[in-house]
Amino acid sequence: MIQVENLTKSFGKFKALDGISLGLQEGHAICLLGPNGSGKTTLIKSILGLVIPERGTIAVNGHRVRQDWNYRRAIGYMPQIGRYPDNMTIGQVIRMIKELRPEETNYDEELIEGFGLKKIAHKTMRNLSGGTRQKVSASLAFLFRPPIYILDEPTAGLDPIASELLKDKMLKERAAGKLILITSHVLSDLEGIASQIIYLQDGRLVFFDSVEALQAQTGEHKLNKVVAKMMRGGLVETLNS
Amino acid sequence: MRTIIKYILKDLLRNKVILIYTLILAILAVSVLQLDANPAKGLMSLLNLTLLFVPIITILFATIYFFNASEFIELLLSQPVRRSKVLLAVFGGLALSLSLAYAVGIGLPLFFLVSGTESLLLAVTGILLTLIFTSLALLIFVLTKDKTKGIGIAIVTALFFTLLFDGLLIGFIYSFGEYPIDEAVVGLIALNPVDLGRVFLLLHMDAAALMGYSGALFKKFLGSGWGSVYAIGCLVFWVLLPLLASVRVFRRKDL
Repeated sequence: MIQVENLTKSFGKFKALDGISLGLQEGHAICLLGPNGSGKTTLIKSILGLVIPERGTIAVNGHRVRQDWNYRRAIGYMPQIGRYPDNMTIGQVIRMIKELRPEETNYDEELIEGFGLKKIAHKTMRNLSGGTRQKVSASLAFLFRPPIYILDEPTAGLDPIASELLKDKMLKERAAGKLILITSHVLSDLEGIASQIIYLQDGRLVFFDSVEALQAQTGEHKLNKVVAKMMRGGLVETLNS
Repeated sequence: MRTIIKYILKDLLRNKVILIYTLILAILAVSVLQLDANPAKGLMSLLNLTLLFVPIITILFATIYFFNASEFIELLLSQPVRRSKVLLAVFGGLALSLSLAYAVGIGLPLFFLVSGTESLLLAVTGILLTLIFTSLALLIFVLTKDKTKGIGIAIVTALFFTLLFDGLLIGFIYSFGEYPIDEAVVGLIALNPVDLGRVFLLLHMDAAALMGYSGALFKKFLGSGWGSVYAIGCLVFWVLLPLLASVRVFRRKDL
């Protein structure tokens, strides 16, 4: 569904992405991992067309990202920091996004209901906590039932109940054959959700494999330990090469 | 695009800074116009107030607003909408609400207390200056990454047009006073929207006599029908140029 070929992007002298090639398929929840500054957000933003690649191509469902902005219809995006105009209410934000896409009316309001956003729809964004803003962002990402979800640190600011709700939703969508791309530092949150793992370091792809294969390779079961072991192994590999 | 403008407008019309700005303009306008029995003097004071406050307040508020909206702009861009549309819509919402603030704060008192061609021209000039400095703020926003740096550039830009430019112009006139530079000065003034607005209005208020020989020349050129068209045209050009440049830069900007 998402095809990335030899993607390269630098900011000044700093190489944020260096020749990344990936093929992401539906029915998977793919966890995008890597230390800070490894290029995770740049990769996500390149797929969304927010960052303009230097070299390489990205295609979503066969549509080249640079040519046609309409491909974004297929993606629900939840940003890491959700900041909205101060005096807009929750209800207004949701209504505005709906009005932007008037031809799509089959809404998925499960999260809006689940998070109880309807009850606080009159509250202005300025008065919301970071967690509540995250809830609004998450609800917007799922609103149009897109085939692809891109979630940047989705559970970071959420309370345990909301976080569980969001995880259940991700599992449900994955089972429905959708593609979910998640970045997160809280690996325990992705236990049982992630089916594949992409590991980036210094803008380069260290490994991209299914969770089962990685578990078999490392002999560990917990995602935390699998990744920790792979990181040590991966580091040695990069040092040797 | 209309949807985004509508919701930005809704947000800004409840913004405290905009409301206070409108209120202060209104208080100033009413008191200045009531203070003096001679409406021409009142208009002159309002003109000076406009030229002093509108550029700096507009450019500062707009720059800060654009930077604060950058995450919101990212969210809008993740929707199936064209980049230039999002940028123009955010600009439109902001420009509209700041113009509305000026129209209500200065325009309404003018309309009720001294309605006339001069008042209308003052209101139009004030709104054009609002649009120009919002447009310049947009250009600063797309060209800089850092908010603090952006605000710094905005302050310098406003000071350049309201204070520094006149100093340079006077320097130029002094150094080349021996030569026939009057036409050149008319041309140079087009480089500064604030001066352009000032000269344009002064000529219509019959204060040109105070400006000596250059005033007569300005009057001859800018006071005529074509001169007014030229002045307004230059001001409109000052709105469009930074706006189009911003759209161009924004098309290839990394967010």
